[in-house]
Amino acid sequence: MNVAERPQDGEIEAVYRAESRGVFATLVRLVGDFDLAEEALQDAFLAAVEQWPRDGVPPNPRAWLISVGKFKAIDVLRRRARADRSVKELLHRLEAAMPRPDDWDSGTLLDDRLRLIFTCCHPALSFEAQIALTLREVCGLTTEQVARAFLTSPATIAKRIVRAKQKIRVARIPYEVPSRSDLPDRLDSVLQVVYLVFTEGYAATSGPTLVQADLSGEAIYLGRTLLEAFPDAEVQGLLALMLLHESRREARISPDGLPVLLEDQDRSLWKRELIEEGMVLLERALATRDFGCYTLQAAISAEHAQAGTAMDTSWAKIAGLYDMLLRCTPTPVVELNRAVAIAMRDTPEAGIRLIDSILQRGELHDYYLAHSARAGLLRRSGNRREAHAAYALSLAQSEPARRFLSTRLKEMADTAS
Amino acid sequence: MKYLCMVIVDEKQLQALTESEAQALDDESLEYDQALRKGGHLLAAEALESVTSATTLRIRSGKVSITDGPFAETNEQIGGFILIEARDLNEAIQIASHVPVIRYGAVEVRPIKELVHSIGRE
Repeated sequence: MNVAERPQDGEIEAVYRAESRGVFATLVRLVGDFDLAEEALQDAFLAAVEQWPRDGVPPNPRAWLISVGKFKAIDVLRRRARADRSVKELLHRLEAAMPRPDDWDSGTLLDDRLRLIFTCCHPALSFEAQIALTLREVCGLTTEQVARAFLTSPATIAKRIVRAKQKIRVARIPYEVPSRSDLPDRLDSVLQVVYLVFTEGYAATSGPTLVQADLSGEAIYLGRTLLEAFPDAEVQGLLALMLLHESRREARISPDGLPVLLEDQDRSLWKRELIEEGMVLLERALATRDFGCYTLQAAISAEHAQAGTAMDTSWAKIAGLYDMLLRCTPTPVVELNRAVAIAMRDTPEAGIRLIDSILQRGELHDYYLAHSARAGLLRRSGNRREAHAAYALSLAQSEPARRFLSTRLKEMADTAS
Repeated sequence: MKYLCMVIVDEKQLQALTESEAQALDDESLEYDQALRKGGHLLAAEALESVTSATTLRIRSGKVSITDGPFAETNEQIGGFILIEARDLNEAIQIASHVPVIRYGAVEVRPIKELVHSIGRE
């Protein structure tokens, strides 16, 4: 027999961290409502904080929490049913369905987490709402953390989430993993959300780390969850891409907070275990021969990861991969990256010609990175005068953003005083 | 649950169809209605005459004001609708995505709001 033990210091918090989002996902399925499930989850943990120190930690904390959460939801509904008749129906259904052991086995847990992800990333919700809802409901971030990550106010995020939940309820977006025929498209839109969460987290180079939610970590967690259920090439490719990028996190920022170019990074700081995991996934994705853009981007990242020094980088391979990527995502930014790879493979002049033709089409003219890439190649070719002009142009293109920010800064300083 | 699928079209595009193309589209639409009816999904389906035949009414200072034309002057207008019964939004989307005229425009899916009279309440 399992004898319940008293919780150690921090044990309930650890259970909360490990189990709360899974318990939430299952409760949403059982009670059919996001807010009610959240309330039930909080009530269940409150009960745990009261009871576990007295009675000991139950042998299966997740089962205990789901079960208690469900009864807490029934309590809430009972109170509401007095005022609202439509609640009664749900209440009867919930009371009739006793907790079943398969409510908390690991297969059900994965299904419930996937249901939650697909509901939050439903294409009938705006892309912004999908992201906010996923971070809030699947990853368990607070509204404040989501707001901080996207440089907007908690009120904006809260409004977005409330509207999205309302749409889920009113338009009846089902809490389910899509049918096989819808799955490819729906999985694509989930991957888009995951990748955006990752890039937001990866681009965030400053900010106090304690309050900055680890968005990249959350995106990797989402990628792993999806991979458990869908071993598709692009799911593997995206996870590989994220892991390979993540491996360079420490090396890409200098101690004084400046970005460090790939070629200048201290490669001993790259996390080998992340690279290895990414490489295994990438190889599996490539072996399917049915891969797409994420896998190609991962393959490019992998070429860098495998080069012992910047000098050893196989630019021929990278340029070839960019050719393929350009067919898959024909955007000027991919074209720009391809131009740089070709410059590295052939000559700086070859790259400059390609960038010039992109700029002549009128595209990327306002994109300061296009001018700074061009400047970098001019510098490499020894053309210091033109490089100087291109850097100046790049600086000028980033000027409006700088001016905007300094105006706002001044405004805040004025109103604060 | 009921959903109204409003079929939104650019009338100019539809008018540009040849007579036989237009007839084929009508046939296809009627056949789709029939398929939905068989599956128990169809509550009502109608196509609308051109917006040039539309009349819009408003109440202005207590009086009905009548104007020629649709409520909103845009290129794309409601050209028809189907009222369906579906399990949830996913099923409604599935049904709406196969409306033949969607090739010439868009379909807006809206859940129906059930109104309850105060006398019907508890």
